[in-house]
Amino acid sequence: MGRTLAEKVWDAHVVRRAEGEPDLLYIDLHLVHEVTSPQAFEALRLAGRAVRRPDLTIATEDHNVPTTDTLLPIADVVSAAQVETLRKNCADFGVPLHPMNDPDQGIVHVIGPQLGLTQPGLTIVCGDSHTSTHGAFGALAFGIGTSQVEHVLATQTLPQTAPKTMAVTVNGALPPGVTAKDLILAVIAQIGTGGGQGHVIEYRGEAIRSLSMEGRMTVCNMSIEAGARAGMIAPDGTTFAYLKGRPHAPTGADWDGAVAYWRTLATDDDATFDTEVVIEASTLSPYVTWGTNPGQGAPLSSAVPDPASYDDPGLRGSVERALAYMALTPGTPLSEVAVDTVFVGSCTNGRIEDLRAAADVLRGRTVAPGVRTLIVPGSMQVKLAAEQEGLDAVFTAAGAEWRSAGCSMCLGMNPDTLSPGERSASTSNRNFEGRQGPGGRTHLVSPVVAAATAVTGRLTAPADLAPLAAPGSAAPAL
Amino acid sequence: MEAFTIHTGRAVPLRRTDVDTDQIIPSEWLKRVERTGFGAGLFEEWRNQPDFILDRPAYRGATVLIAGENFGTGSSREHAVWALQDFGFRAVISSRFADIFRGNALGNGLLPVQLPAAVVEALQAAAEADPTLEVTVDLGAREVRAEGLPTASFDLDDFTRWRLMEGLDDVGLTLRNEGVITAFEAGRPGRLPTTV
Repeated sequence: MGRTLAEKVWDAHVVRRAEGEPDLLYIDLHLVHEVTSPQAFEALRLAGRAVRRPDLTIATEDHNVPTTDTLLPIADVVSAAQVETLRKNCADFGVPLHPMNDPDQGIVHVIGPQLGLTQPGLTIVCGDSHTSTHGAFGALAFGIGTSQVEHVLATQTLPQTAPKTMAVTVNGALPPGVTAKDLILAVIAQIGTGGGQGHVIEYRGEAIRSLSMEGRMTVCNMSIEAGARAGMIAPDGTTFAYLKGRPHAPTGADWDGAVAYWRTLATDDDATFDTEVVIEASTLSPYVTWGTNPGQGAPLSSAVPDPASYDDPGLRGSVERALAYMALTPGTPLSEVAVDTVFVGSCTNGRIEDLRAAADVLRGRTVAPGVRTLIVPGSMQVKLAAEQEGLDAVFTAAGAEWRSAGCSMCLGMNPDTLSPGERSASTSNRNFEGRQGPGGRTHLVSPVVAAATAVTGRLTAPADLAPLAAPGSAAPAL
Repeated sequence: MEAFTIHTGRAVPLRRTDVDTDQIIPSEWLKRVERTGFGAGLFEEWRNQPDFILDRPAYRGATVLIAGENFGTGSSREHAVWALQDFGFRAVISSRFADIFRGNALGNGLLPVQLPAAVVEALQAAAEADPTLEVTVDLGAREVRAEGLPTASFDLDDFTRWRLMEGLDDVGLTLRNEGVITAFEAGRPGRLPTTV
């Protein structure tokens, strides 16, 4: 019988299989950052163990780093100590590190693909749940805890039970103005935050195949928000074109050999999935969340739901709690919800294409008075590319703040946070209570909705903005 | 890792679904580089609110958490498990756990016990009616027992159960297979990427 993409990658990495035990999987690439690694390195030290394969391990500083004044010492002493700990651990154990202000520093899930380290068919882990991002290349990539980080550092393997497989097929073409972010928010709203539990999701269908690598990364990134162990997309010409020429991509005959292998990874025609979900792309529209988990989302053109419309008492209670926390009234059109902050960035939407999309909306427009708008590139390379294209000038001319690379307001471990009661439109991945700062309220949106929201001060799709005057046309008569 | 064989203790019901790890331990706590001392941050935002169930005197000292569906969703932070253990919990019962949280719990000897939603609901109701109710989580028998309720069986594979009951850590077990790992490495294609 045929095998799925996930099963092929899994099978190619089984070091040891024994009846009644988890498979021992070899790990091709281990990404490390400052937050979930210190206790793992310390455990190695206590046990007198080395890092088995520092040449398959790479570290960066992303969660804690400030996005302004990056040449100054980190003001938060606890954050500074954590970053210093990573530097010492990398030096002691021989792990390559891209520290703050390094040209390749950035969010761990942005730099892996950018450096060409993320490749089809690899197993990739990181002490971070959004490791699912790398599945966009046809890698099997998943988040792990600190004890597992220690395990991979020490052994370059991980015991894992085989996952179930789920196909999410998106047929047809996305309507104009509908992005990868809207697609994945709609998927999560449909299957729920636990719908993918125990599964690796493979995204398939015309709408997925038509996405750029950036769009595919956005989709796979949020697989964890559907509870899935990983998300994957079969590698194709789009994948190969993105990888070719990147610093760690194979070259010459190795490139040809790699591509030939990568082409074998696609799910066989006669393979079966444990679970299948089909979505028609034509039914999708710009999506936003209204609640306190990523499954609590709805079309921007709809209204805040009424808890009374839910039959299940548990679900009704959870919606009531969410609306109370979010200070939203049932029936309010989502397009009337006013925000004080807009955040464009994160491992979900902090890549160059995301910044271009936001800049296209903001070009020639102005951020609404009182709306703090942060544009945070996902890496220093993204920052550099954006500046070379003049996107920074577009953002600052509109009244937005142009920052340096890091996780920033996605989780507020650095100074970029919401204050209690503040409300954001955010291109990040989690709208949990207090995620962006204690008492903060988060609406997850796409980069273009974030930009349009910055202009009006309320949740807005770009299609609903007043058109710009054509260049050279006369100013309207007073 | 501390072995887990059988545990009996009072239980506290947490009737909330989709409890994410940002709620279990907020990100501000993740700046610490230690493995201990996270109990003070457990459910920090909720514990700032009046009458949060964990703060009611009747539930002080409870060691079994009976949670709603999809417990531990979100971030991979193992600090969530460390916080629950540091606070005194030995087991969490839910009708569904997020995968990464479950793996982290099993790696630390905090037992995640998955039971059908109706059984979890009955346990929550019993613990609400009587905060002195003692719940026994018996890993050897793979059972949860509480007075007045039918015995509930839960699934856990034999290997993981053995590892928990012996208190063995994964790294030590894996290193017994060092030779197999080295042999696998020797067969990896040379074109695979390295970070140096």
